[in-house]
Amino acid sequence: MLELRKEIFADERDDNLNEIGKPTQRQDMIGHVTGNTTFFDDHKLAGLLHLKVLRSPHHHARIRRIDTTEAERSAGVRRVIRGADVPRNLNTLLSLLNFGKDDEPSLATHKVRYKGEPIVAIVANSEREAFEALGKVRVDYDPLTPVFDVEEAIKPGAPVVNETYPKNTFEYHGKYDHQKLRFGDVEQAFAQADHVLEQRYQMSPIEHASTETNGSIAAPEANGRFVVYTCAQGLFFSLDTTAKILDVQSNKLHFIGGTVGGGFGGKVDSLTEPLATLASMLTGRPVRYVLGREEEMQFGSPRGAERIYVKDAVMKDGRLTARKVRSYFDSGAYTRLSSYAVIKCAAHIPGPYTVPNVHADIYCAYTNRVPATAMRGFGVTAVDFAIECQMDKLAHLIGMDPMEFRILNAYRDGDMKAHRREAKNTALIECVQVAAEKAKWPIREEFKRASSRVGGGGARAAIPQTRLDGGAQAPARTAPQRTSYDRPLTAPPPVAPQRPAAIEPQRTPPPPAPPPSPVPGAQHGAARFSSVFGTRRR
Amino acid sequence: MKHRGKGMASINYPIGMNLGGDPSQALVHSNPSGKFTVALSAIDLGQGMKSVTRQIAAETLGVPVEDVYVDTADSDTGPHDMGSFASRGTHRVGNAVAVAAREARGVMMEAAAEELEVNASDLETDGRGNIHVKGAPHRAISTKDVAIAAQFKQGKTIAGRGIFLVPLSEVDPETGEMSPATCYAHACLVAEVEVDDETGEVAMVRMDSAYELGRALNPKMVEQQLVGGAWMGVSHALYETPEPYYPEPTHGPRDFNEYVMPGPGDICPHDIAVLERPAPDGPFGAKGPGEMCANPVLPAVANAIFNAVGVRIDDLPITPEKVLRAIRQQGGAKPQARR
Repeated sequence: MLELRKEIFADERDDNLNEIGKPTQRQDMIGHVTGNTTFFDDHKLAGLLHLKVLRSPHHHARIRRIDTTEAERSAGVRRVIRGADVPRNLNTLLSLLNFGKDDEPSLATHKVRYKGEPIVAIVANSEREAFEALGKVRVDYDPLTPVFDVEEAIKPGAPVVNETYPKNTFEYHGKYDHQKLRFGDVEQAFAQADHVLEQRYQMSPIEHASTETNGSIAAPEANGRFVVYTCAQGLFFSLDTTAKILDVQSNKLHFIGGTVGGGFGGKVDSLTEPLATLASMLTGRPVRYVLGREEEMQFGSPRGAERIYVKDAVMKDGRLTARKVRSYFDSGAYTRLSSYAVIKCAAHIPGPYTVPNVHADIYCAYTNRVPATAMRGFGVTAVDFAIECQMDKLAHLIGMDPMEFRILNAYRDGDMKAHRREAKNTALIECVQVAAEKAKWPIREEFKRASSRVGGGGARAAIPQTRLDGGAQAPARTAPQRTSYDRPLTAPPPVAPQRPAAIEPQRTPPPPAPPPSPVPGAQHGAARFSSVFGTRRR
Repeated sequence: MKHRGKGMASINYPIGMNLGGDPSQALVHSNPSGKFTVALSAIDLGQGMKSVTRQIAAETLGVPVEDVYVDTADSDTGPHDMGSFASRGTHRVGNAVAVAAREARGVMMEAAAEELEVNASDLETDGRGNIHVKGAPHRAISTKDVAIAAQFKQGKTIAGRGIFLVPLSEVDPETGEMSPATCYAHACLVAEVEVDDETGEVAMVRMDSAYELGRALNPKMVEQQLVGGAWMGVSHALYETPEPYYPEPTHGPRDFNEYVMPGPGDICPHDIAVLERPAPDGPFGAKGPGEMCANPVLPAVANAIFNAVGVRIDDLPITPEKVLRAIRQQGGAKPQARR
C-alpha cells in the first residue's frame, strides 16, 4: 500500500499539474500483459545461425595450444572464431570514458583468468550443432595457482591475475591502488571518543536474474551495414563498444533495442553484441548469441562481492565524531565497471550523516573469478548495509534509540559533506519520522520536531583542517560551491519544479564553449563520450 | 521457539551517473494531426522509461498524454543517451524530454498565435488538446488545427531538441573532493521479522517505509518500483548468493531451483509513504526511485534479527545456517527490548 504524504514539503512544490502525478497506465502495458511486446529474441530471421562459446574449465591457466580442426569439420558448423579473428581483441568498457586500460580479450588466447572465460566461438546452423562442435575443440592448459580472496590478492607475491594490473589492483590517478577520501582527522577523534567500534562486513555476490537472459541477434542490412537487435541497457554504449572491438565506423552499425526483459545492471557489459556482429560479418548471415540460464548464472557477470571495514567514534550523548572505512570491491578477473563503483562508494561515505572526521580507502581488487559488473545500487548497496548495521550497533552501545540516533546525526541543509560539497535538498530526518510513525515506533517529541531545513550550516558547513597521507595538512576553508572539480555548466537550465515564477529578463548569453580538441589516438570508430575520473589522456 | 523483532535503517542515494558527464538527448515532433512522437535511445527495462517520459512530454507540451507516443531505442532515429543505469532515467532523460518539449511547444504556440491573430505570450494550453487566449476560453484553436496550419499553411516544424548534461566533475586524488551528484533521494524502512531459534529461519512479518523521491511523476509506477525493490532487498538480505561459500567459488547455482529467492509465501505486507521534496534540477522536481529502494531493506532486516534473538550477522546472505550457528554460539536466543 502506498500513500502520498503531500503535506510534507508542500511549500516547495506546485501541485497544479495536468499529467504529472497521475497514475496513468503504462504505454506498453497492453503489449506486456498480452505477450505481444517484441523483445530482441523475437526477431526470427531467415537463415539464422547460432553462436556458442567454449569456456575455460580452469580458474587460472596458461593456454598451450588450441586445436579446432575437428570442430571446423563438425556437421552444421559455418565458422570457428578465435581470438586472432577479433580485430581489437582487448578492451575495457570504460575506455569509452577514457577511464582505465584495455584489459579484457573477447576470446582468450594465451591465458584464462576465470572459470568460464570464452576461448573459441562456434557459429553453426543450430544450437545443437554448435554445442556438438564445442565438444570437439581441444585446448591444452597449464593450470596456474588461482587467488580468490581480495585481501590475499593484494598481498605482495600473490598470483598475478591480470597482467595489465600486476598488483591485482586498479590504478587511480596514475599512482594509487585505491581512491582516498580525507576530511578532518579521524585519529584525533578516535583518541578523544567515548567509544570506538570497528567491524567487518561482507556483501555477497548477487545474480541479476532478469527474466530475459543476455543476448543479441546481428544481421547484415543492405549497403554494408549491420543491424543488431539487443537487450543492452545502454544502446550507444553497446554500439560504440562493438564498433571499437570490431574496428568499424559507428554508422556501419544499426542497434535496435529499448524494450528489455529486466536488467538491474546485468546488461551493461555488451557480453554478446561484439561476437554476434563479428560472426554476422564473417558469415554474411544473421547470427543469434543468447546466454542460457545456467550459462548466465555461472558465467554472466554478477554483482561483485565487497568486504568492508568500518571504524567509528561515538560520544555518550550520541554524536558520531569519526568514521573510517576500508573497502575492497571484488572485481573478478577484469575491470568492467568496478573501478567506477569505487569512486561512487568513496563519494557516499559516511552515509547520510554529518560526521566531522571521515577517512576512506576504497580498492578495486582482481581475483580469479567471473568479472563483476554493475547492479542496482552499484557502489552503495553494500556500504549502506555496513553503515546501517554499524549505526544500529552504535545506538545499542550507547543505549540510544536507533531512530533518534539517526535523526541526531542526520545531515541537514547547509551541512558540509566529506567530499566537500554542501548538503542541499535533504530529507532524511522526515523519512525517519514518517517511518517511525507508520511502524508505531515511539520517538521523543524533540526528535519529532526536528527538520532537515533547520539546524544545518554554520559550524557544520566548515571544511576542517585535514590530515593527508604522508603528514601534509590540507587547510581548513569555507564552503566552495563550484570549484575546479566542476566543469562549466553546458547543460540547459533545469526545469523549474517550483511555483511558476515571474518571467526573467533576458540575460546576456554566456560565451560559447571552446570547440573540442581532436582526440589523438582514437582511430577506431567508437565515440569517446566524455573523459571521466582524472585519467584523461587528452 | 519463535521470536519477533523490529529493526530499521535510513539511507540516501545519489541520482545519475557518479560525477556526471552522462548526457541524454531527446527529439520531439508533431505529425500533421497534432499527435507527438518523442524519439529517444533510452532503455525501458520494465521500469517505465517510455511512460514517465510520455507524461513529462505531455505536461510540458500542454497536451493530453494520449497525444504523445514515445519511440525508443533505434540508433538511427533516437539521439544519443548514456543508458538506463545509475538511477539516471527519470532525471536525465526526463530533463532532456522537457527541454525538447518546451522548444516544440514554443513553435506550437507561435503557430497558434498566427492563426488566432494574437501574441503567443497571451495564449495557454488547457491540457485537453486546445490552445486559447488567457482569460478567454472561447477564443481557442485545437492543437490538431494548429498542426495542420503549421504544416500546410505556415511551413513551420512543430519540433524540439533537448539535451541534459550534468557537467563532469574531477576527483582529487588526495582528499576525494568531487561533485558526485546534483540531488539525492532518501528513505527509512522498518522491518519486522520472526526468527525460529530451533531452525535459524527468518520470516518477514511486515515492513513500513518512507521514501523521499523529489516528486512521484506516476504514483503507480513508483509503487511498482518500491514494492519490487523491497522484495529484492529481502532477497539480498536472506536468500541470494551465486557463491554460497565465498570467497571459495564452488557450489554455484545453475537454475532457479538452486538459486534461492523468496517466493509468494515468503513476502510480507509493506506499507509505504512517499514524500516529495522537489530537486531543484529534476524534471518537475523528480529524482528517481529505481535503485535505492532495495538498499534500506538489507540492514533493516539484519538489525531486526538482532532485536529478535540478539545475534549480529554481518555476512550476507543471512541464511538459517548462519543464524543458528550464531544463536548456539551465544548460548541461545537473547531477545532485545520489544519495540
